[in-house]
Amino acid sequence: MSGAPEPSAVSATKEDGILTEAARTARSHGAKEDDSGALLRTDQATIRFGGLIAVNELSMAVREGEIFGLIGPNGAGKTTIFNLLTGVYQPTTGEIYFQGQRIDGLRSYEISRRGVSRTFQNIRLFPGMNVLENVLTACHTHTKQSLADAVLRTPRFVRDEKEQREYCMELLSIFNLDRFKDEGGTSLPYGNQRRLEIVRALATRPKLLLLDEPAAGMNPSEQDDLLNLIRQIRDRFGLTILLVEHNMKVVMGVCERIQVVDYGKSIALGLPEEIRNDPKVIEAYLGD
Amino acid sequence: MSPFLKRILVAVLIVVALWAVNAALSDEGLFGFGVDAYSGRIVVLAGINIILAVSLNLINGFTGQFSIGHAGFMAIGGYVSAYLTVYHAQAWERALSGSIGETAASIIVFLLALIVGGLAAAIAGLLVGIPSLRLRGDYLAIVTLGFAEIIRIIILNIDTVGGATGFTVPGNVNFLWVGAFAVITILVVRNIVKSDVGRALVSIREDELASEAMGINTTRYKVLSFVISSMFAGLAGVLFAHYNRFLSTADFTFLRSFEIIIMIVLGGMGSITGAVLGAILITILPEGLRRLPEVGGYNLADLRLVIYAALLIIIMLTRPQGILGHHEFGLNWLRRPQKQPEGDKTVGDDRGVPIAQQTETERLAGESVKEEVKNR
Repeated sequence: MSGAPEPSAVSATKEDGILTEAARTARSHGAKEDDSGALLRTDQATIRFGGLIAVNELSMAVREGEIFGLIGPNGAGKTTIFNLLTGVYQPTTGEIYFQGQRIDGLRSYEISRRGVSRTFQNIRLFPGMNVLENVLTACHTHTKQSLADAVLRTPRFVRDEKEQREYCMELLSIFNLDRFKDEGGTSLPYGNQRRLEIVRALATRPKLLLLDEPAAGMNPSEQDDLLNLIRQIRDRFGLTILLVEHNMKVVMGVCERIQVVDYGKSIALGLPEEIRNDPKVIEAYLGD
Repeated sequence: MSPFLKRILVAVLIVVALWAVNAALSDEGLFGFGVDAYSGRIVVLAGINIILAVSLNLINGFTGQFSIGHAGFMAIGGYVSAYLTVYHAQAWERALSGSIGETAASIIVFLLALIVGGLAAAIAGLLVGIPSLRLRGDYLAIVTLGFAEIIRIIILNIDTVGGATGFTVPGNVNFLWVGAFAVITILVVRNIVKSDVGRALVSIREDELASEAMGINTTRYKVLSFVISSMFAGLAGVLFAHYNRFLSTADFTFLRSFEIIIMIVLGGMGSITGAVLGAILITILPEGLRRLPEVGGYNLADLRLVIYAALLIIIMLTRPQGILGHHEFGLNWLRRPQKQPEGDKTVGDDRGVPIAQQTETERLAGESVKEEVKNR
């Protein structure tokens, strides 16, 4: 498994102190300064669909090791932002950086190869594959077999296939899904499908994990499990997590920083308690 | 048994089986058992159709891209190799036969024709695939259909390969050649499907967006499967040309492409054994129906086309996913029961509570969530 160091609790709180400061300035200046070293950064990203501006000059920055929440009311453009970040859509104007390199204009698979992996709002497992195959597919960029190896069934193919299988089974067992390995991915109970999708995303060995409404369709007890799961994933795999979520309990419970969007525009950025009390956010959610 | 020994054993069995069928189809027959030339021809054509169906299944069944231009690639393979054997083979054979003997020389020259025919079709597949695989569904189907017709019309207008009058080709392809290449096609496609490349292809079929998100260059893999598929169609064309010893553009109309599609749809898209079964059925069925008996003054054989069509409709109505669907027919079917034995594995919900131990309320709650998800 990935061996990146766990972010220690001490440095996290220290950072939080700076964050609050940054968050305050960010709210008035558009979240730009001292974020140049961020893992993922968008700079005035805008996307237009005909006359509709779905995302409007959005600047955001996700720092290494944090759990960052992106929230907003229905139709605020959250999933569109995800699609921008993962190359499904290209921004009309503006730039997106990952690890300091521009990634806007790249195709989805190229962004994935650089270490950005995602789950989908409406689970997109591969229906015709079993649980293990779903995860194996995600190992694609890490396999050492060539087409010729596969056709000729060379020792390298056999070895590689065995290694990938072992890796996937290990990953599945962390999520208690190993016993379902031969079952159809989409025939699992809903909560397990969500978990399997996360496992599949992790199998691409990402640095940044994007979770699109992971709590959708979950009952309160499943949501609690999810909160723990997200924290565990971050700590165990040394990841950075960007979460799009609708469910306030999940967002407030797990995110270290939150950015709020409404009508494609950023309206607030800060710590969970700041967001909770922000009049603009309350207005956006409840109306005037 | 070690896997290596097992492989050798399987290889020996295949060679013996091919040789036996080939002997039975020859004039002498096998131990006094033989079939007439008419039936022999059907068996060889079934072999060629297996190559076509199994290879088309790679792109249509496993990658999920709907191509209906397979006859076009078959034509390229057939005509390119026939051009070689008609105009150059004799000179090459003469040059070679001095040192290695006539039989070996003709085999080598034919292998060369196979390679060239396959490569030509593969290159054509690449040229067609790169621009057209950006299209989806119906659009790709129309482009490939159009391409196959363009190829046919171009060939029709080249007088060096016979043009409209047809092209007489030398050749002594027998079942051994066709059977060997059918086996090679099945093995290669199977090995591809059961590998990382195969999983990439199937993931494109299942969900292209998710596939890209997993780091798979979907365009590259679509083109790759298209090229491999075209290459085998080209090989089938080479074998057909040198078995039939006569090529006519009428053999490569879109009807031929549709026939191959019917084979894989009937057998099961995404199943190699299904494609084999479909190819055999579609080759034998129309011929076999000629032997229907006379019933109550009506000659049923006269109605064979009606019965053929009715049979296809009945099969598709009862098995819309094809005879085998996504499944493979194998020895495992015979060895163990279809359903997993119950008891040792309890299927539970995501908290690990086995469904059997859930209370009725819990079960209903789970169901309603599933319903909700389904209705999204």
